[in-house]
Amino acid sequence: MRRIKSTRAINATGKGRASIGQLLAVAGVTAGLTTSAVAESVLRVGMTAADIPVNIGQPDQGFEGFRFMGYMLYDALVLWDLSKDKESAKLVPGLAESWEIDPKNDKRWIFKLRKGVTFHDGSPFTADDVVWNFAKVKDDKAPQYEAKQAALVAVRIPALSAVNKIDDYTVEILTSKPSAYVPYQVSFWFMSSQEHWQKTKSWAEFAKSPSGTGPWKFVSQTQRAKVEMVPNKAYWNKARIPKVDRVILRPIPEASARVAALLSGQVDFIEAPPPDSIDRLKSAGMKIITNAYPHNWAVTLSRIPGSPWNDIRVRKAANLCIDREGLNKLLGGLSIPAKGHMPPGDAWFGKPTFEIGYKPDEARKLMTEAGFTAAKPLPIKWAISTSGSGQMQPLPMFEFVQANLNECHFKLEAEVMEWNALTAFSRKPADDKEAVAKGVDGIIVSRALQDPYSAFERVFHSARISPAGSNWGKLKLPVYDELLAKASLTFDKELQDEVLRKVHETAVDNAEWVWVTHDVNPRALSPKVEGFVQAKSWFQDLTPITLKK
Amino acid sequence: MLSYILQRLVYAIPIALGVTIVCFSLVYIGPGDPLSSILPEDAPQAVIDKIKAEYGLDKPIVMQYWLWLSKALVADFGKSIVTGNAVLSELLPALKNSLILAVGGAAVGFIVGAVLGGLAGYFHGRPADRMFTALAITGVSVPHYWLAIVLVIIFSVELALLPALGMTGSGDTSFSFSLENFRHMVLPVVALSVIPAGIVTRTVRSAIAELLNMEFVEALRSKGLTEARILRHVAKNAAPQVLAVMGLQLGYLLGGSILIETVFAWPGTGLLLNNAIFARDIPVLQGTILMLALIFVILNLAVDIAQAVLDPRIKR
Repeated sequence: MRRIKSTRAINATGKGRASIGQLLAVAGVTAGLTTSAVAESVLRVGMTAADIPVNIGQPDQGFEGFRFMGYMLYDALVLWDLSKDKESAKLVPGLAESWEIDPKNDKRWIFKLRKGVTFHDGSPFTADDVVWNFAKVKDDKAPQYEAKQAALVAVRIPALSAVNKIDDYTVEILTSKPSAYVPYQVSFWFMSSQEHWQKTKSWAEFAKSPSGTGPWKFVSQTQRAKVEMVPNKAYWNKARIPKVDRVILRPIPEASARVAALLSGQVDFIEAPPPDSIDRLKSAGMKIITNAYPHNWAVTLSRIPGSPWNDIRVRKAANLCIDREGLNKLLGGLSIPAKGHMPPGDAWFGKPTFEIGYKPDEARKLMTEAGFTAAKPLPIKWAISTSGSGQMQPLPMFEFVQANLNECHFKLEAEVMEWNALTAFSRKPADDKEAVAKGVDGIIVSRALQDPYSAFERVFHSARISPAGSNWGKLKLPVYDELLAKASLTFDKELQDEVLRKVHETAVDNAEWVWVTHDVNPRALSPKVEGFVQAKSWFQDLTPITLKK
Repeated sequence: MLSYILQRLVYAIPIALGVTIVCFSLVYIGPGDPLSSILPEDAPQAVIDKIKAEYGLDKPIVMQYWLWLSKALVADFGKSIVTGNAVLSELLPALKNSLILAVGGAAVGFIVGAVLGGLAGYFHGRPADRMFTALAITGVSVPHYWLAIVLVIIFSVELALLPALGMTGSGDTSFSFSLENFRHMVLPVVALSVIPAGIVTRTVRSAIAELLNMEFVEALRSKGLTEARILRHVAKNAAPQVLAVMGLQLGYLLGGSILIETVFAWPGTGLLLNNAIFARDIPVLQGTILMLALIFVILNLAVDIAQAVLDPRIKR
């Protein structure tokens, strides 16, 4: 963004005569203004969120809040490596330089903290801050306890039971039971500045000038309009000091408005352009960036007694009757046809034997074996939202799948809900009276598969039946409970991945869900935006971006 | 006149109270809940209970209504569940922003409507009438959010003449009488003014056409008055009816158009309501709806009074 102010020439001989000193002063000021204006590069981002995410530490607005407020203003003890677009994002040291499980106590982790890190308010980051931030979300007697922050992070750090200081730069994290997922869990837990909060002892005041240790520093925000940040030049990771001078994040929930804003030059970078805008954006010279990431668009099936989905032939038939390549065309190529729960090529994909694809004849054969024919189709009903986080284009996609399945002896109906209603609906299990009354036997809620808990435990473990997790269908199979218990006790990352691959292979071979597709996280960038690397992650890093003049 | 105003004010109280009950009930009847949008789906029950208690959502609905109403009477609408800010601190700036659009939309809509309607009524049954009536029907029928998108495509994307969204280029929401602010206003104002322009056109047309056929107009003509003076009499007689329609339209505009403000990311009451609906932000919803309802009631009152001033027969 270039803003050069023209200055009127001073007539040195006429009425506006000025001394040489005045002239030099004006010239100096003008030069300064011009230089700083020319030098300032401002990246303007159009988010899909309807409002600015909560900025005091734990963000709301789902993972978009984590992306644009969480990991920009704050750091966690463990971070994600968002610098690569060829492989799944991995955990890397953040505010902790290293961590290890206590060899004598598998419920005790030791985290060695990074030295020399300061919060944006200048206060140093030490072990006291980690302990203080734990009380902020776990100890409701602590003065800094904030109920909403607690609620937002509770599900992300379920294993953590206590945090104690060992010395200024070492903390122990205790867990209620042994858990190898602790490094993943702490990656979602952000550190706010204790010293800054102590000045007012009010989170409402803290929100006016939030202070973390992240690569970006807060400048200002206007609710529902924008938030501005500038680089944290003192950031501990010099490679991640932002290259632009300022970033402005604007909530623009309406997809066509985001596209128009990009095309008209009001923003430089937009999230989730709709498929039907891609050609127009490309023809205007915009860059469309996509990449696989841990997301799926699938149907969680009811497994309560009496559900037709208890028959594996029916589950497999549904998985074999969806023309995912055709759906991909409908989505303008912005999807990856599902081959399982995880996107193909993911580190946890493994080698399932059940090959998901479009095989309608095989599907019809399975349905016939299960007792259903074209004359006597199986009536099924899935709850679907009209829009919502990660839901892609839910209604056209549903109609496409519906047309497919109705060719394979199914008779699929929709129970259409607004997104908030669907999330409330999914908090109660499949045998809840509302689901039973509506006859719903499947729900379409897109899933984030970032970590072992979100990808598998939350949806397949019998202890995670909604609302204790997202196992809406009440799937109860000992094989998952055993494998997931083993994974959570396997502290060696490679071995843990091996167990998780086994979980995935089992789930696909059992066709536990109907997997449809994976989003590719499309973004559209102005041609002047350079250096952005789209990681295979829900989170992204804006720090390497530069703006071409 | 004073007793008339007092009488109308007394009528407004039960209307406002009824509005509070209806809006409170509707929010609860709808599916979904306010915590679904701010908490992860598997947030622990103990934490959910704490949040509920913090916002008073754990109390019986009647008690919640009473607590809310008693605070609302002293202009305390509580805190937004989503942002944690006082509702009033979010509502007042949004109201100001919607007012800016409403005044612009009303000015354009009413002027265009009065002119086109006047001409259509005066040339009743002639080509000009048919043309302006067709325009009015189009204005009323065209979905204004669609028109808004088309305007953006033409004037922002293709011609790059006007900004596509926001109140300012930087995303600030401060308003000043600057060229930048006016440029940002043009498209939303035009999109917003189309429906009122159509409605006012039709109202003015029918009022003028009807009045021009009345005997008093014949009498004025026979007395030798010029057409301009006759039209002045006709306009004065048409005014109460037209004013009532304009008042209603202004009320709608002040409420902020959810669709227009969403398309243009204009941070007014429409966008505030839209966000609050999707997030089930009950305090914001209730505070905003009540405030808009009160404005509507007050506007109607003002229109009633203006009508009474223009046509003393209405008081009887």
